[in-house]
Amino acid sequence: MEHEIDQIIDRHGAKPTALMAILQDVQQAHGYLSEDALRRIAYRVGIEVPQIYGVATYYRSLRLKPPGRHSIVACMGTACHVRNSPRVLDALKQELGVEPGETTSDGLFSLDSVNCLGACALGPVVVVDGRYYARMTPLKARRLVQEYRQRVGKEAQK
Amino acid sequence: MTDATPTLPQVLQELRTAGMDSLRPTRPRIAVGTATCGLASGAADVLAALRDGVASRGLDALVTETGCIGYCQVEPIVDVLVPGYHRVLYSTMTPAKAEALLNSLAQGRIPAEDALCQIPMEGARRAGTNGSIPLLADVPFFASQVKTVTANCGFINPTSIEEYAAVGGFSALWKVLSQMSPEDVIEAVKASGLRGRGGAGFPTGRKWESCRRAESPDGIRYLICNADEGDPGAYMDRGLLEGSPYSVLEGMIIGAYAIGASQGYVYIRHEYPLARRLLENAIARAREVGLLGEDILGTGFSFDIEVSQGGGAFVCGESTALVASIEGRIGEPRDKQHLRTVQSGLFGRPTVLNNVETWANVPLIISNGPQWFASMGTRTSTGTKVFSLVGQVKNTGLIEVPMGMTLRQIIYELGGGPPDGKRLKAVQTGGPSGGCIPESLMDLPVDFDALSKAGSMMGSGGMIVMDEDTCMVDVAKYFMAFLMEESCGKCIPCREGVKRMHQILTDIAEGRASQQSLSLLEELAEVVQDASLCGLGKTAPNPVLSTIRHFRSEYEQHILDRRCPAGVCRALLRYSIDADLCKGCGACVDACPTGAISGELREAHSITQDLCIKCGSCFDVCPAKAVVRA
Repeated sequence: MEHEIDQIIDRHGAKPTALMAILQDVQQAHGYLSEDALRRIAYRVGIEVPQIYGVATYYRSLRLKPPGRHSIVACMGTACHVRNSPRVLDALKQELGVEPGETTSDGLFSLDSVNCLGACALGPVVVVDGRYYARMTPLKARRLVQEYRQRVGKEAQK
Repeated sequence: MTDATPTLPQVLQELRTAGMDSLRPTRPRIAVGTATCGLASGAADVLAALRDGVASRGLDALVTETGCIGYCQVEPIVDVLVPGYHRVLYSTMTPAKAEALLNSLAQGRIPAEDALCQIPMEGARRAGTNGSIPLLADVPFFASQVKTVTANCGFINPTSIEEYAAVGGFSALWKVLSQMSPEDVIEAVKASGLRGRGGAGFPTGRKWESCRRAESPDGIRYLICNADEGDPGAYMDRGLLEGSPYSVLEGMIIGAYAIGASQGYVYIRHEYPLARRLLENAIARAREVGLLGEDILGTGFSFDIEVSQGGGAFVCGESTALVASIEGRIGEPRDKQHLRTVQSGLFGRPTVLNNVETWANVPLIISNGPQWFASMGTRTSTGTKVFSLVGQVKNTGLIEVPMGMTLRQIIYELGGGPPDGKRLKAVQTGGPSGGCIPESLMDLPVDFDALSKAGSMMGSGGMIVMDEDTCMVDVAKYFMAFLMEESCGKCIPCREGVKRMHQILTDIAEGRASQQSLSLLEELAEVVQDASLCGLGKTAPNPVLSTIRHFRSEYEQHILDRRCPAGVCRALLRYSIDADLCKGCGACVDACPTGAISGELREAHSITQDLCIKCGSCFDVCPAKAVVRA
């Protein structure tokens, strides 16, 4: 793992200005930022561990815990809000049994909310594994989760 | 271009020729809008169907991709250009409709089915017969728009530097490098009256001049493009970056020449993965052909651009926080009184920071002249502005109009008003720093100054339309929740003040407030406004103050009558079933997530209040409108 992290650091250069890019790429590769990863990056970039912890916890796109197999993100922008996104999020919370920022106990889904994805004309928007779903309703949101659950179930049977 | 411009360098001429080959080919050109809105509406499937269909039919046609023309509501949009005819746009496409389109094209016919409109092309004929396909200018959504900065979005392929060159791209850059001094460029931008499109509206030319004149210890100056478009409900910059990224780059290179910078940065938000990919591709292509890097176009001028990705923090759109974030530090704002970015910005050097749309306007000002730009808009707000027209309005999408158009024109003429015959209540502008403008003020012109007087601001261009189903207390509460989360926590007035405002608003929304709550809320708002460190905190109370100012009676109904007239604030609602209207179809039983509804089939149903979580699912699905919300 350390080797992989070093490769990412070398690609961006071991300098503080590349910190965000390094953190993002390491997260992309591992799904999250582990303590070991943060320590290694801090050492290579030449900053203190508390400083990197500060940066990693400041930005909401960085996560310090492993994500679920599927990532569900609900947009909470203003345009989505006036078209009922809070109820869409409620439906997702209820269907998954977790709060935003958490992962389901079976490790299948992580739920997050985001303050605006910039797809405002099509709100409310929900993104699953990078795929955008437009004009969501609470009912459609529940069905979306059920669909993914079934898909996972089928994959397991194979 | 003026006669005095020396002939285009060969590299630009070659790009242009290559671009014309794919932009105006001798065979039909079929371009699918695959920006984020298009993809969210199924554009990838349509693109695949078109590619497969062209191959299986052996059709001689070019299938390509383009950005978004702005009418996001009717995506996926397919743009068809048959040689000799105007461009025809097909809307809300599906793979099946794509098949039908190809069948017609294979027969040499430009079908009118599913056609939204046609866009006139020079020296070409009208498509369709007897006006079966309306012109762009006859479609209400497009009729009053003046597309300049977005002119190429939804036409050219955003990955193709050749197509950008073919629509006149880089001729402004060449004009600047071959015959203008940096001072000439600054004068031109000043004369155009261009003001920062990110929201603050600072005169761009003056900013550049201050930066050029500012002292730098080692002569280094930086330039930054702010693509951290954080205002919720606004996505103009995403539209530009996904539709015409090279125009942003061209503006930046011109700006770098004007201020004397050799390194630039684009700070792009993490929520825009596609825009980032397209931007990175554009930078790489520009480097390959010698439009970025050392000795650009053989003029001796050198400049390069790096992309820096944000981490999902709203406050990083603020200049000092943005600079800190690029430097690899925590993106917290600093006190600006003693520290102006133009004098001491990135790495302590003079820095110019402008947003995406501002940069994209620069090549147009150079090519068409400052007078052309200043002739559009109002006296103090020149040019056009891109807005995202979204929310409770029929036609949603990105629009570009001259500054000074009234809110009413935008919402009704372009947007078609609220859907389902609902009553317009307000429009929210300026993001969390702005406010809600009531229906009674819809005749205000939209520019940098007029909306501020109504307690809001034009901001970066988000325009969220709200109808009678929107609760203003809930909107104020929404923005306080947003800002509570996004406050960096450095200064107390913002960190604690916003939290308290949110708490009071929650009390109001849940029926626990008294008359004093309102005056306390106003008092708090003033303190946060006066005492916060950065723009986020100083403007944080605006959504609260503007809603109290224009919708005080709605607040009072919540407080005194414990009633939410818009039917949004959940704690004040109660759902029940009208036994006379209920047909007993059972749709609500299936929709209810908590099993709170019971009743025999074809008999009137009822809701067990203890189990009801007031999610409104039954209200949404009831075909007989028998569910009552009160």
